[in-house]
Amino acid sequence: MSRAVWLVARREVNARLRTRSFVIGTVVSALLLAGFVLTQSTVFDGHHRDTIGMNGQAIAVAGQLAEEARAVGREVRTVEVTNLADGRAQVASGALDALVSGAPAALTVLVNQSLDDELRGVLNGLVRQQVLRGQLAALEDTTGLDVDGVLRTVAEAHVTVRTLSPVDTRSDERLSLALVVVALLYLALLLYGSLVAQGVVEEKSSRVVEFLLAAVRPRWLLAGKVAGLGVVGLIQLVIVGVVGLVVGLATSVLSSVGPALVALGWGLLWYVLGFLLYATVFAAVGALVSRQEDVQSVLMPVTAVLVVAFVLGFAVLSRNPTGATTTVLSLVPPLSPILMPGRLALAAAPVWQVLLALALTVATIVLLARLGGMVYQNSLLRKDSRVTLRQALRRTS
Amino acid sequence: MLELDRVAKRFGDVVACADVSLTVRYGEVFGLAGAGKTTVLRIAAGLLAPDSGAVRRSGERLGYLPETRGLYPRMRVLDQLTYLAELHGADANEAVRAAEIWAARFGLRSRRLDRVRQLSSADQRRLCLAAAFVSFPDVLVLDEPFAGLDTSSAETLTEVVRERASSGTAVLLATDELAVVEGLCDRAGVLHNGRVVAEGTVEELRAAAHVELVVDAPSARQDWAAGLPGVTVLSVHNGLTRLALTDGADDQAVLAAALATGPVRSFSRVLPSLADVFRDVVTR
Repeated sequence: MSRAVWLVARREVNARLRTRSFVIGTVVSALLLAGFVLTQSTVFDGHHRDTIGMNGQAIAVAGQLAEEARAVGREVRTVEVTNLADGRAQVASGALDALVSGAPAALTVLVNQSLDDELRGVLNGLVRQQVLRGQLAALEDTTGLDVDGVLRTVAEAHVTVRTLSPVDTRSDERLSLALVVVALLYLALLLYGSLVAQGVVEEKSSRVVEFLLAAVRPRWLLAGKVAGLGVVGLIQLVIVGVVGLVVGLATSVLSSVGPALVALGWGLLWYVLGFLLYATVFAAVGALVSRQEDVQSVLMPVTAVLVVAFVLGFAVLSRNPTGATTTVLSLVPPLSPILMPGRLALAAAPVWQVLLALALTVATIVLLARLGGMVYQNSLLRKDSRVTLRQALRRTS
Repeated sequence: MLELDRVAKRFGDVVACADVSLTVRYGEVFGLAGAGKTTVLRIAAGLLAPDSGAVRRSGERLGYLPETRGLYPRMRVLDQLTYLAELHGADANEAVRAAEIWAARFGLRSRRLDRVRQLSSADQRRLCLAAAFVSFPDVLVLDEPFAGLDTSSAETLTEVVRERASSGTAVLLATDELAVVEGLCDRAGVLHNGRVVAEGTVEELRAAAHVELVVDAPSARQDWAAGLPGVTVLSVHNGLTRLALTDGADDQAVLAAALATGPVRSFSRVLPSLADVFRDVVTR
């Protein structure tokens, strides 16, 4: 019997992988994700002009700052700020990108969230030049020059960075990661779940199903279909995920591979579980109708659950990933496949909760597979345009 | 061999078959007519489980032609047949070979790389026939196989069914076309009210029907045959009288009575068609 499942699954994979829609779908999803990653990247947002306020002694290096910045391809406009408190307010409001103050040899820079690497480099260069100048000026006797000591002092000199509202870049990165995982899982489950339903209806409407049933038992047909489409979805998810990972690392949006790989791994596991959970329901619902035109209407309740999981996931994860609402929702089996991997990407889920969610989801899969299998089996041979659930659940046919 | 043993099936309040027993031996073509054929065939092919009773099929491979039939629109002809052959248990090479053979046999050789939806509806019907044979079945279940077929496809199908039967396949065939039963089936049965009400060889069924006589006695009176024992007058027209004889009535007595009225130009026994048999069976 496993051979029949294998044959059915292989046909599904062949029928899908070779289609233009699969190739286009994969490319478009990968491009969208890569585009999203790029918008998160600082590499491409350096084109605007930075306005930097200069206060006190720092005003002396204003011209030099603009010049050095131009050398690394950044256009910087400097303005004099007489009142430090004023400058602080302007940084907070975004009128200033940064406020530089203090002695040239010990500059302090105030930014709203974080200082980008290029400006940091330019400011460090300035500070080091000043420190070197001071060291050299202090020398009266060149014979007593401690070259290593001077170089060390210069190398250790750097601009002091202060931030108004510091963000933990790591958790920010993790949140993006979590939201990406949630969105990808939602799309994959919705798309491949609907494909299961469409496939079932196609077999019914083209009336090939009776030919198949003479050779394969309904449950093996269902198993093969779910396995085949699940694998196609998994392949697409892996491709898109890896593209996202590579682009993220290349643009340094992802600071390290570890958390992203873990998130991808959990995402794939939960995709498999989520697909198994939803696919039999999609198949059962698809079997209730006989024409493609009727599919969307019967799919509504199922897709609605997915949409709710997605919207809730986005909302609660970005607000409070460890809160009670998030915890409870992520343990509800139909929501777990989308919410739990999001929490896992945030590293905000204790082990016992993950295990509980896994156990509940697997139990639900078993239950729904039985129920869905029964509805599917009982509805396949019916030609009525619409079979009611009650008819389908009756054990007579 | 295919055997249905007191099979019953109901859908809600509707009784599709109440007590159907029939046996199709190897090499035999069994025709099934009447109401409820499709359900009986679906049960025979294992698509439906009967509420009670048993289906016994000896022989590994089943071929089934559903009443409502179609194939994957986007699949290529050869892939489609290969896939079905593999599902029926053929290995990959065997399946491809079977697909080639049966596509060619039903005249689809030149179209074997086309997608199903590109075929004309006549070609699609032929492809469905090929799909039923592609497993080289030991038991073949055909539901209204001749419906919608053009003459040459019907001839090919008849040939193929005969070939399969002579190589030992048990064939169960549902049809209401009596010409098919007479021309192709060794035995036949009629379903009525969920039961097989008449079953036997085509000759036996015929023999069980009323015998009809047509007598041309031009000078006889209208009611010349009315009083004869076991005789019902069906019609009298221009001296031509149609008579039905009940079981055991003596046709020679009828001839003698006819001769007594004057000259008899012709006296013939009409072989009942199966249509008459079925009508008799159902109205009895």
